[in-house]
Amino acid sequence: MTTEQTPPRDKSWSWASFGLTAVLVLLTAIAGLILLPSLQTNASYSSLWDAICSAAGVLRPSASQPSIEPTFKVSQVVLTSGMLRNPSQESIGRGATLGQRCAICHGPSGISRADSPNLAGQYASVIYKELLDFRSGARVNSVMSPFAEPLSDQDIVDLAAYYSYLPRLPGYHPTMQTPAPRIVINGAPMRGIASCGSCHGGLANKAGSPWLEQQPEPYILSQLRAFASGDRHNDIGQQMRNIARQMTSDEMAEVARYYASQPLGSSTQ
Amino acid sequence: MNNRQLILAHFWLAFGLFAVALVLGAWQMLIRSPLLSWIPDPEWYYRSVTAHGTVMAYVFPTLVAMGFGYAISQVALNQALIGVRWAWLGLALVAIGAVTAVIPVALGRASVLYTFYPPLIGNAFYYIGVVLVVVGSWVWVALLSVNLGIWKRKHADEPVPFAMFANVAGAYLWAWTSVGAALELLFQIIPAAVGLTSTIDAGLSRVFFSWTLHAIVYFWLIPTYIAYYTIFPRAIGGRLYSDTMGRIAFILFLIVAMPIGIHHVFEDPQVGAGFKFIHSTFTALVTLPTLLTVFTICASAEIAGRLRGGRGPLGWISALPWRNPIMLAVALSFVMLGFGGAGGIINMSYQLNSSIHNTQWITGHFHLIFGGAIVIMYFAIAYDLWPHLTARALASERLMRLQLWLWFIGMMVTTFPWHYVGILGMPRRMAYYDYSNPALAPEALSVILSGFGGLILLAAGLLFVFILIRGHRGPATVVDEYRFSTALHPPVALPAALNGFALWLALMIGLTVTNYGFPIAALLTRTGIAVPAVYVGSQP
Repeated sequence: MTTEQTPPRDKSWSWASFGLTAVLVLLTAIAGLILLPSLQTNASYSSLWDAICSAAGVLRPSASQPSIEPTFKVSQVVLTSGMLRNPSQESIGRGATLGQRCAICHGPSGISRADSPNLAGQYASVIYKELLDFRSGARVNSVMSPFAEPLSDQDIVDLAAYYSYLPRLPGYHPTMQTPAPRIVINGAPMRGIASCGSCHGGLANKAGSPWLEQQPEPYILSQLRAFASGDRHNDIGQQMRNIARQMTSDEMAEVARYYASQPLGSSTQ
Repeated sequence: MNNRQLILAHFWLAFGLFAVALVLGAWQMLIRSPLLSWIPDPEWYYRSVTAHGTVMAYVFPTLVAMGFGYAISQVALNQALIGVRWAWLGLALVAIGAVTAVIPVALGRASVLYTFYPPLIGNAFYYIGVVLVVVGSWVWVALLSVNLGIWKRKHADEPVPFAMFANVAGAYLWAWTSVGAALELLFQIIPAAVGLTSTIDAGLSRVFFSWTLHAIVYFWLIPTYIAYYTIFPRAIGGRLYSDTMGRIAFILFLIVAMPIGIHHVFEDPQVGAGFKFIHSTFTALVTLPTLLTVFTICASAEIAGRLRGGRGPLGWISALPWRNPIMLAVALSFVMLGFGGAGGIINMSYQLNSSIHNTQWITGHFHLIFGGAIVIMYFAIAYDLWPHLTARALASERLMRLQLWLWFIGMMVTTFPWHYVGILGMPRRMAYYDYSNPALAPEALSVILSGFGGLILLAAGLLFVFILIRGHRGPATVVDEYRFSTALHPPVALPAALNGFALWLALMIGLTVTNYGFPIAALLTRTGIAVPAVYVGSQP
C-alpha cells in the first residue's frame, strides 16, 4: 500500500467539512430551539425569546397557577446519614437530664411499659427528626406535642445523643420467633410497597427510619393506621403514607406482631 | 509478531474477567425469572449487576481494544511497538483498577450499577478503580498516537495504513468521550464519596455521564468494525471493496458519536427539549457510518464470492466460505447489528423512546448490540490472532463454529423476549417481579426464555475460553506472518484529510461545545439544585 505523494494540502476538505457541520448545527438549532417550540399549542410563551429559553432548558418562572398548599404542617427536617454521629459527653449528659421528663412514658432506661416506643439505642437521627416534627406541629400527639414545644434545638440534639447512647435493652414484650412476613423481606412490588427491611434494617438502613425490633405491637400498628389515614403525615415525600395506604389491615397486624417479637439488633449489621 | 506476551496478557485478562462476569449475568437472568423464588436480599442482585456491568462495560472491551490496538500498530505499521514498558504500565493500571473497583462491589459497599446513579454514592475505591482503568487506557491512546507519529515521520509520503488509521480514530474517540465520566467522577462523585461534599448535582452528573455513555458504545464497536474491514476480506479470500469508504466511516464515528449522548436523558427534566431534539437529530447521523460499513463489507464479500467462482446476482453468496469461522462470525454479527440497529433507531426518537424508556427493551437492545454484534467479533478477532500470538494452531474449526452459533442463538433467545417484555412495560433494574399478578403474568414465559438464553450464552462463553486454552496448550507450529486485508484499489495518494486527524478532532471537539456547552454551562451556573448524597450501606 505504499506510494507516491499525498497531494499538497488543500483546504477544500476543511471548508466543506466545517461548512457542512455548521449548516447542520444551525439547522438543528433553528428547528429545536425556535421552530418546534413555536409550534407548541399547549404551552404559552410570552415571546419568541421565552420559547427559545424554554427549549434551551433555562429555568423560567413557573406559570402563575397558585400552588396547592397542604392543610397541615409538613416536615421541614433535613437529614443526611451520619449527621449526628459522635456526640460529645456533655451533650449526652444534658440529654440524660432532659430525658427525666420523658421517663414517665418512655421508661427511666428508655424502655417503655406504656406501649410508647422504646427509645434506648434508637438512631439519633430518628429521635432528632421526630422531636423537631412534634415541635413544629408536623407530627401531632396530644401527650407528646406539649413536651416537645418548649425544647430548644440544642435540647433536641442532646436528647437524640442521649437516647442513641443508651444500650438497647430487651423490652417488656415476650419474644416469640415468627418467620418474617413476605412484605418485610420483599415488599409488594405490584402495589409499590418496598420491603420494610430496605429502610428499617435487615436489608438496609435509611436515615430517619427507626429500627423496629421489640417496639410495642400496638404502637407499630397505630402508626401504620395513622399513616394510612393521613393522621400522621410527617414522612418525607409521603414514603410511609404511600406504603401504609396500600397495606391490608392483616398485613399491618402481621408486620406489627413480627417486629414486636424480633430479638434486638437483628435488623442491624 | 513482536511483544506477543503483552498482547496475550491483555486478551487473557479480558477473557478471564469476561467469563466471571458472564456467570454473574446468567445467575441474574435466573434469579429474576419465575423459575426461582424471590431473592430474599435484593442487595445481592444489585451487587452482581454492578460487578457484571463494570467488568463488561469498562474492563473487558477496553482490554480487547488495547490488546488488538497494539497488535494493529505493529502489524499495520510493520514497526515494533515503541513504549512497551508504558504499555505494561497501562495494563497494570487497568488490572489494579479492576481489582480495586470490584472489591468494594463484592463487599456490598458500591452497589450503584456501572452507570453510577447519583445521588447514590458507593465506596470511593470503586470509583477510584474505574478511574484507574480509564487512566490505563489513556496510556494506550498516547502510545498509539506516538507510534503513528513516529511512523509518519519516517514515511512522510505514504498513506497511513487503513487498520492503523481506524485504530487511532477509535483511540482518539475514547480519549475524548471518557472525559465526560472522568469529569463526573472527579468533580461530583468522588468528592462526595470521600466525604469532601455531602451533596451532589445529580442532573449535571447525568449529563456528564451521557457525554461518555453513548460514544463508549462506539469505542466498544471500533475493534469490531476494524475486524470487518481488515480481517474479514482477507480471511475469506477477498479484497476490501473501498479503503476510502472505510476511512470516511471511521471519521464519521469520530465526529458524530460524541455530540449525541443526551438521547440517554430524554426523560430528564434538567435538559431543555431543544437540546434533546438536536442530539436526537445527530444520533440519526450515526447510522451513516454503519450503513456505509454494511455496504462496503457486503461488497467485499461479493468480491470474495466472485473470486471463488460465484456467478449471477446471488450466486456469489453460496460461493462464500461459510465453514470459515470468520465468515460465520461476520454474518451472525450483521444479523444482530441489523436488529440491534433498528432498535437503536427507535431509542433515538424522542416519542418512541417514551414507550420503552427504562424498560427491559433497553437492556435487550444494548445486549444485542454490544454482547451480540460486537462481542461475537471479539471472538473472531481472538480466533484470527490466536495462532499468531501463541505460535500454535487452533485445531478445531467445528468447535469454533459451534461456539459462534451458540453465542448467536443464546443472544437471540435472551434479547428478543427482553425487547418484547420491555414493550409490555417491564421495568429494568429490578431484582424480582410479581409474576403471580395478572398484569405481569403474560411476561413470565418471555422472562423464562431469556433465562435459558442466558444459560446458552454462559455455555458459549465458557466454550470460547476452552478453545483458547486448548489452543494455547497445543503443539507449537510455524505460522505465517500476520497481515490485514488489502483493498481492491490500495490508496496511492490520499487527501491529507483522509490521512490525518487534525480536522476531524477539531470538528469532534467543536460539536461537543455546540451540543453540550450550553446545557452544561446552564447547570453549572444554576444554584440550589444539589441534593444530599445517598450512601450505599450507610448506617443512620
